[in-house]
Amino acid sequence: MDKDPVLSVRDLVVEIPTRHGILRPVDRVSYDIHAGEILGVVGESGAGKSMTGNAVIGLLDPPARITHGEILLSGQPIHNIKREALRKLRGKKMGMIFQDPLTSLNPLLTIGDQLTETILEHLDVSQSEARERAIAALEEVGIPAARDRIGSYPHEFSGGMRQRVVIALALCAEPELVIADEPTTALDVSVQAQIVALLKRLCRERGVAVMLVTHDMGVIAEAADRVAVMYAGRLAELGPVREVITQARHPYTAGLMASTPMASQGAKRLRQIPGAMPRLGALPHGCAFHPRCDRATAECRADPPPRIDYCDGRAACWHPLAQKDTTKGEPA
Amino acid sequence: MSALISIKNLTRVFDVSKPWLNRVLERRDKAYLTAVSDVSFDVEDKTVYALVGESGSGKSTIGKIVVGLLPASDGNVEIDGVDLATETDPAKVAEVRAEVQMIFQDPYASLNPRWRVREIINEPVAARGGKTEGLAEKLLEQVGLSAQDAGKFPHEFSGGQRQRICIARALASNPRIIVCDEPTSALDVSVQSQVLNLMSDLQEEMGLTYLFISHDLTVVHHMADVIGVLYLGRLVEEAPRDRLFSDPKHPYTQMLFDAAPRMDGFGREVDPPKGEIPDPINPPSGCAFHPRCPLAVDRCKKERPEMRKIGDTRVACHLAE
Repeated sequence: MDKDPVLSVRDLVVEIPTRHGILRPVDRVSYDIHAGEILGVVGESGAGKSMTGNAVIGLLDPPARITHGEILLSGQPIHNIKREALRKLRGKKMGMIFQDPLTSLNPLLTIGDQLTETILEHLDVSQSEARERAIAALEEVGIPAARDRIGSYPHEFSGGMRQRVVIALALCAEPELVIADEPTTALDVSVQAQIVALLKRLCRERGVAVMLVTHDMGVIAEAADRVAVMYAGRLAELGPVREVITQARHPYTAGLMASTPMASQGAKRLRQIPGAMPRLGALPHGCAFHPRCDRATAECRADPPPRIDYCDGRAACWHPLAQKDTTKGEPA
Repeated sequence: MSALISIKNLTRVFDVSKPWLNRVLERRDKAYLTAVSDVSFDVEDKTVYALVGESGSGKSTIGKIVVGLLPASDGNVEIDGVDLATETDPAKVAEVRAEVQMIFQDPYASLNPRWRVREIINEPVAARGGKTEGLAEKLLEQVGLSAQDAGKFPHEFSGGQRQRICIARALASNPRIIVCDEPTSALDVSVQSQVLNLMSDLQEEMGLTYLFISHDLTVVHHMADVIGVLYLGRLVEEAPRDRLFSDPKHPYTQMLFDAAPRMDGFGREVDPPKGEIPDPINPPSGCAFHPRCPLAVDRCKKERPEMRKIGDTRVACHLAE
C-alpha cells in the first residue's frame, strides 16, 4: 500500500470541558485508512470509538471539540475548515452509516425523496437522472423491485431493508470514505451476515475506504483488513486483523479476545479481565490499563507506555506480550 | 427422571387488530399474531436449557409465560408438577411462584431508580412477609459486590454491576429456576464474561436451573446443556449442546450457524442467507421456513412437520435424517 491514504488521522485529541475539569474522550489517536480497505475499530463502550468517527465526519456535539492533531481526507485537512465547507464534503466525500436505521431516516419522506435530495445536493445531475441513480443505488444494495419501492416510506421496510437504504444513502454520492458506526448491532444474525457481505462487496468493487466501528469481534475478524483497539480514549493496538486477534501484543487486546465466549469454547469458565474501564474523569496515571493488567510494574504506573512496532502493526505498552517479530520502539 | 419445567403444546396469540372504528371504516378483519405456536419441551432439574432464535421467534414470550407474566392462549406449563394457570391450592401457587425468578435484558430499565439497592433486593421476600434482616448484604457479597452497596441507588452502578444486582434480587427468594432473558446482551464483552462466570458459579453452588434466552450462539454454546432453536414461534430443533453444534439437522439451524460471524473466520466469504423472517401475522403455510429453505419440496408447503426424534435430537423437518 504505497498510495496515499484516503483518511489520515494524526495525533487527534478531542476534549470536553466540564465543571470538574477537561475530559479527553479521544487522546492522541493516529491511523490511516487506504482505498478499498476496511479498518475495524473495537473497544468497550466509552472507549472513544464513536467519538473518533464523529470527529472525522465533523459531527462532534459541542462542547466536545478537537483541540489537537489533524484529520486529512485525501491529503486535504478537514479538521479546521468551516461548517459550510464540511457540509459539502459530508455526503459527497464521506458517508455515514449509523447503528439505528430507523432514526437515521426521515419518517415523513419517501426513501426516493431522501436519496434524490442527497444526489441533487452533491452531484450536478437533472431531477430524472437523480431518480435513475437512486433506483440504481437501491438495486446495488440488494433491495428487490427497487423501482416500485422507491415511493415507500421508511416504516414500510424491515430493519435489514432499512439498513440497506441507509447504506444506499451513504453511497449514492460516491464517497471515498464511509464511516459505519455499529451498522449491524440492531440486526439479527442472518440479516447481519447479509449486511456485512454487502459492505465487503461495495468496499471491494468501489474501492471505498471503510471505518467499521463495532464491538463484535466475529464481525471484525470476517470483515476488517486491519483493526484498531481502543481503550479509555487511547489506541491500545493497531495491526492486521489476524495478528491482532491471534497474536495480540497488548495485554488488553489479549484479554478482550480471550473473554469472548467464542475464544473459550469447551472451557468451563470464560477468561475475564478483572475490574472495569475507568471513567474519563478518573483515569489512572501512566498506562490507563495498569490497574487491570497482571503485567503492570512501576513504570506502567508512572509514565504513558511507549509505542511498540511490529511487522505491520503497533501497540502502546511497557511490557507487550512476547510474540515473534517484536522490536522495541522509541517512547512515544 | 421427571422434568422440573414441562411445557406442552404451548401457544400464545396476541390480538393486534386495529381499533374497532378503523376496522369498520377500512373494512378490515381482526388480526392475530401467533407469537408461540405449539411448542413442547422439558427442562431437567439443575440444567441450563437455552432458547435461541432471531427477533420475533417467540423466545421472550415463552420466558414470560413460564414466570407467569403472560397467560398462555393454549397448552400448559407445569413447574414441579404444578400448573400455575389451573392450580387451585393457594399455598402451592405461592410456593411455586417463589421458586421461579427472572433476570431481564436491560439492567437500566429493570431496577427502580428511586429505590435503594437494599429495598430492591429485599422486595421479593418482603412482599411474601419473609424476614429480610441482612439478606441484601449477604446476597450482594455473593454476587461480587460489597455489603456497603446496599445503601446506594441503581444509578451509582455500571451496567455489569446493575446486572449483578438483578441477579441478587432473583436469588433473594431462594429460587430453583431462573429465567434469564438475554442477560448479557446489553453488556460489553469483558463485563459479559464476568457476569456469565458468576451465573455458572451460582448455578453450581445453589443447584439452580436456568431457562436461558439468547440470540447469541456463542453465549449459548458456552452456557447451555440443551438448546432449543425457535423460528417464527415454532420449535424447529432441540438437542444437547455438543450434538446440536456438531450435527445440526434443521436447515434453519444450519443457516444460523453459517451466518454467525466467527473469530477465526478471517476474510471468510459467507454466502449470506436469503430472505428475511416472514410476517408472523400471515405465516407461510406448512413449514414456516419453506420460503427460505434451500431443500424445500412440495410437501413442505402443504404440511407442517411434526417433531421427530432422531438420536438425541428432536427436529421438525420433513427431510431431516
